[in-house]
Amino acid sequence: MALLRIENLGQSYDGSDILTDVNLSLEHGEVFALIGPTGSGKTTLLKLLDLLETPSSGSIYFDDVDVTKVESNRLAARRRMALVQQKPVVFSMNVYDNVAVGLKWRGIDKASIKQKVEHALELVDMTDYAHRDAKTLSGGETQRVALARALALEPNLLLLDEPTANLDPNSVSKIEEIIEHVISEHKISIFMTTHNMLQGQRLADRVGVLIDGRMQQVGTPEQIFSAPTSKAVAEFVGIDNILAGTIDKKDGDLVDVKVTSGLVSAISHYELGQNVYALIRPEDITLSLAGEHGSARNAFSGKIFKITTLGSLVHIEVDCGFPLFVVLTARSALDMGLAVGTQVFVSFKATAIKVIKRWA
Amino acid sequence: MTEIWDGLVKAFQLIFTFDPTVTSIAARSLWISASACLIATAICVPLGAVIHFNNFKGKKFLISTVQTLWSMPTVAMGLLVFLVFSRSGPLGIFGLLFSPSVMIIGQVLLISPLILGLVISALNGIDKLIPETAVSLGASRMQKAILTIREARYAITAALIMGFGRAISEVGLSIMVGGNIARYTRTIPTAIALETQKGNIELSIALGIILILIAFVINISLHMLQRKKA
Repeated sequence: MALLRIENLGQSYDGSDILTDVNLSLEHGEVFALIGPTGSGKTTLLKLLDLLETPSSGSIYFDDVDVTKVESNRLAARRRMALVQQKPVVFSMNVYDNVAVGLKWRGIDKASIKQKVEHALELVDMTDYAHRDAKTLSGGETQRVALARALALEPNLLLLDEPTANLDPNSVSKIEEIIEHVISEHKISIFMTTHNMLQGQRLADRVGVLIDGRMQQVGTPEQIFSAPTSKAVAEFVGIDNILAGTIDKKDGDLVDVKVTSGLVSAISHYELGQNVYALIRPEDITLSLAGEHGSARNAFSGKIFKITTLGSLVHIEVDCGFPLFVVLTARSALDMGLAVGTQVFVSFKATAIKVIKRWA
Repeated sequence: MTEIWDGLVKAFQLIFTFDPTVTSIAARSLWISASACLIATAICVPLGAVIHFNNFKGKKFLISTVQTLWSMPTVAMGLLVFLVFSRSGPLGIFGLLFSPSVMIIGQVLLISPLILGLVISALNGIDKLIPETAVSLGASRMQKAILTIREARYAITAALIMGFGRAISEVGLSIMVGGNIARYTRTIPTAIALETQKGNIELSIALGIILILIAFVINISLHMLQRKKA
């Protein structure tokens, strides 16, 4: 039995739809990451799951109890979950009392509260801050107090809204470390939103992609990142090469996809004439100055028309009759003497291409 | 000029010798206004929370009405209370007119809109994430309201100071419903009004100084309390 199940969930404000027909279930002990661009409805979904808002349509079940509207069911369910907001607020009291407040509201005795609060503060490495005024903490410390406040409640479901957004790199790794510890030691279900895809990939058992208020795809991190099922998901997970084309030739599962001015060999079960997108990760493309392409079925010559340096990596755009993005280390690009206008060869394997259906 | 100077000197003599008339009037003023302030607080803080946390038709109109009543003339409130508690009035049966009790009731009515309006503003000023976080941590409606009031405690304290200030300094209502009876309903403002008319200028100045001192001491002590808690 799923811990949390939502069916056809929708939310609209002033007539505009923020969430449409979202279906999802979360198992006991599962870690689920919801990724999606800013404004896609992630926080709204999280607030619905935490029962802070009531949905415009659809149902929410917590441990098979309908908690969509009945207030008594909602309070009981809410007391089995805890939410850490993206920009958490602390109350005007010391750190200890901030962490204890939720336990006091549950009528737990003082001795147990003390033990739980101390344990939670230890988990987030804030024991020494117990008597500090919570309002004087830094952003990262506030986030840790909010996490301790949630963990002290020993929830069945921990909801995290962008737990590391707006934090400095040190605080990010500290928070991730705590979350990883909680995942491995505490066996609670976690539902987190993030726009950091790598974080979702690293921490979650399953990932959902929410775009424009619709759940576009749910799957393991591997499925989402290597086999997106729609162009929107492919774009969001950073597949820079999305070539629109049509299946032009088919030999078993080996197909040729006709793109603007060229044929790309790929593996696909789609039939001849099907409109498709060929998705190629930039890191799967090999770039060379000579025309060696080893076992790769796809080899093209082209001219570099744009080079963008991003730290230790270089994004190179090559015109091979159709544009292709390639990623190289800055060192390699320097060694090869690459510049705008350089004639290069690019190659990639048929298996590196993911072919998805195009509806237009 | 001499009259004012002599008045001042005598006024300080009255204050520092703890003149029984001066101290009794000052004490009466304090307890009547403090009682009114306490009762108004007990009504307005929970009522303000109920209004703030619930959405209902006419909420904005209600808040506008409450704010309009801030500037209710004290004599108009005095007249209203007088009519209600006069022998032929609907509550005349209690025989409260010209007693400290009716003065307290009048002052409660006078300062409640001010305290209520400022309590609602104080709660509005609290980050919306505070009550939301409380709910997400499992607070019931009551627990959420208490926490939010606690978060707004400094602004609410300021509301009480304002309310007390209006109560202790008003004169119209106290004269109309209290009757300015010596040793019974005479308060600082009513005594000043009467003694000045009688030409008893030094007593008026002494009471005036005490009134200003009371306001000053209360404000300072509350500000110190706020600073200590902040």
